Amino acid sequence: MTRGAAGPTLVLVLAVGVLVATGVTLLLERSLTRILLGIILLGNGVNLLILLGGRSGAAPLAGTALAGGMSDALPQAMVLTAVVITFGLTAFLLAVAYRAWFTSGDDEVQDDLEDRQIVRLAGRDEVAAADLGGEGPDDDREQVDPEPARRRLRRDEES
Amino acid sequence: MSGLVPLPVVVPLLGAALTLILTGRPRLQRSISVLCLGSVLLVAVVLLGEAYRHGPVVVRVGGWPAPVGIVLVADQLAALMVVVSSAVTLCVLLYSIGQGRAETGETAPVSIYHPTYLVLTAGVTNAFLAGDLFNLFVGFEILLAASFVLITLGGTEARLRTGSTYVVVSILSSLLFLSAVGLVYAATGTLNMAQLAGRLDAVPSGVRLTLQLMLLLAFGIKAAVFPVSAWLPDSYPTAPAPVTAVFAGLLTKVGVYAIIRTETLLFPGGRVSGLLMVVAGLTMVVGILGAVAQSDMKRLFSFTLVSHIGYMIFGVALSSVAGLSGSIFYVVHHITVQTTLFLVAGLVEERAGSTDLRRIGGLARVTPVVAVLFFVPAMNLAGIPPFSGFLGKLGLLQAGVAAGGALPAVLVGAGTVTSLLTLYVASRVWNIAFWRAPKVATGTPNTRLPGLMVGATAALVALGVLLTLVAGPLFQVTADAATDLRQRTPYVRAVLPRDVP
Repeated sequence: MTRGAAGPTLVLVLAVGVLVATGVTLLLERSLTRILLGIILLGNGVNLLILLGGRSGAAPLAGTALAGGMSDALPQAMVLTAVVITFGLTAFLLAVAYRAWFTSGDDEVQDDLEDRQIVRLAGRDEVAAADLGGEGPDDDREQVDPEPARRRLRRDEES
Repeated sequence: MSGLVPLPVVVPLLGAALTLILTGRPRLQRSISVLCLGSVLLVAVVLLGEAYRHGPVVVRVGGWPAPVGIVLVADQLAALMVVVSSAVTLCVLLYSIGQGRAETGETAPVSIYHPTYLVLTAGVTNAFLAGDLFNLFVGFEILLAASFVLITLGGTEARLRTGSTYVVVSILSSLLFLSAVGLVYAATGTLNMAQLAGRLDAVPSGVRLTLQLMLLLAFGIKAAVFPVSAWLPDSYPTAPAPVTAVFAGLLTKVGVYAIIRTETLLFPGGRVSGLLMVVAGLTMVVGILGAVAQSDMKRLFSFTLVSHIGYMIFGVALSSVAGLSGSIFYVVHHITVQTTLFLVAGLVEERAGSTDLRRIGGLARVTPVVAVLFFVPAMNLAGIPPFSGFLGKLGLLQAGVAAGGALPAVLVGAGTVTSLLTLYVASRVWNIAFWRAPKVATGTPNTRLPGLMVGATAALVALGVLLTLVAGPLFQVTADAATDLRQRTPYVRAVLPRDVP
């Protein structure tokens, strides 16, 4: 890292690029473990990016350096907060991945079942929950003779 | 008076700590949670009155003056949001306590539920009150971390499958937000929103547009705006009913709030209003068409939730006082009504054993009370005249017509079609689930619903109706808030008085 008020080094900029690119690539996988690794890399890339936002320089302690030559402490404080948050979320995601592996034997993120069902229905050109109507008074015995709810339900089970 | 501002954040956090300590004593845990949220509601009402009469209430955390320390700002918009959100969270808390007491309750009261729920509330209020972009990010993270725990509560296979999608998408949007925050700081050297309002105007317009779009994308994912909304209907429905209800009511609205705040305070001038309008129209139409295809009540309501976010974005895109005012009113209305509908879905699940429209029917005869509790908010959502849904939509459509031009006109059309399709969806649920011959999915129906669950739902239904009755004064508040937002000066002057360098 360069000292003084010069801009960020190219190495850091490239590191951000590589971290974010690999992170995004891993995020596109289906396995939660790889997604987790992707999020860790991406998070580190973003943290480095924030660090680049501030001026680099000497440690910001009063009396140790000229005011102009000090680094900007605020991005570093933000990165600290962000690191803690990313760490917590990563730990949670790790727990989710482990639990998913524990319950279902793998940690792949599955498609939504209802979605697939609706795609199938759409392929057959059918309605999801048809309101068929057409139930006249004869189809509905209770239409004529309403009784208290509890007894009616019991009779339904018997028939 | 400014001493009250941090309370909506601090009280739930302290409550969370207390309830975590008292894990073994559920009765005490419950009363602490209710007490916390009740006092937050009281404080929020006082704050709203103060902000309405005397302008934004500001507190400098730690006594540091504004650009150095962080500030919490309760202007009219923020205070109004805190009032509505705390009222809704209180009702949902009562509902979940009622559900925990029911013998056939789907989830036994997990001891972790109360602390997490309070942390979630603290995150939501912190996001509303934040006067600093990084503090807004922290608020988002607090509520997200709590919501991760709530959505995977119990750790069953289905919840993990849907929960992992939610967790990954949320983390990704947070990282986007975080990098946008970093870039904003790199471009301006500050994150205080009032100071940013002045400094961003001096930033080159290309950079400014990039920052605006990055923030918009991050908030758009959180608010479930169309191209990035697919995660919501997949992840919300499997969570327990009160959790889904509070997520549906609040979490997306926090995203909408952040969009309103950044688009008015940081990036005024409506440079992306064309994009926002296209996105709003697509959100409305695609969302409601998704709802038409669904056969499960909870999934169906998730899609109407996505669809109606479009109305709020439309109001923001108009960036006129009338549009913003309509948008804020719609947020208030939608928080109430959408939460109510998910709570009713929970009641239906409790009573009939399922929310799948293929397996239930005729509930109007089995449980008339639930039928009424469904009918009122459903018609409210669809925008049937006396209700606040109608007034909110009318306000937005009038603002759209007043704006003139081709795109707003198309949006007005899309809004009307969406409203009609919502009516179709609502009446389809009514016909199938409530109006046919009785049919329940469970062999051992739970004939008596717990009074507290029904009571809490009824209270929210009543709140929705009350919004109709007080629509006049409420529109005054929202119009006032919208004027302040458009002017920007009341907010900036409250945070950075002239005597501060």
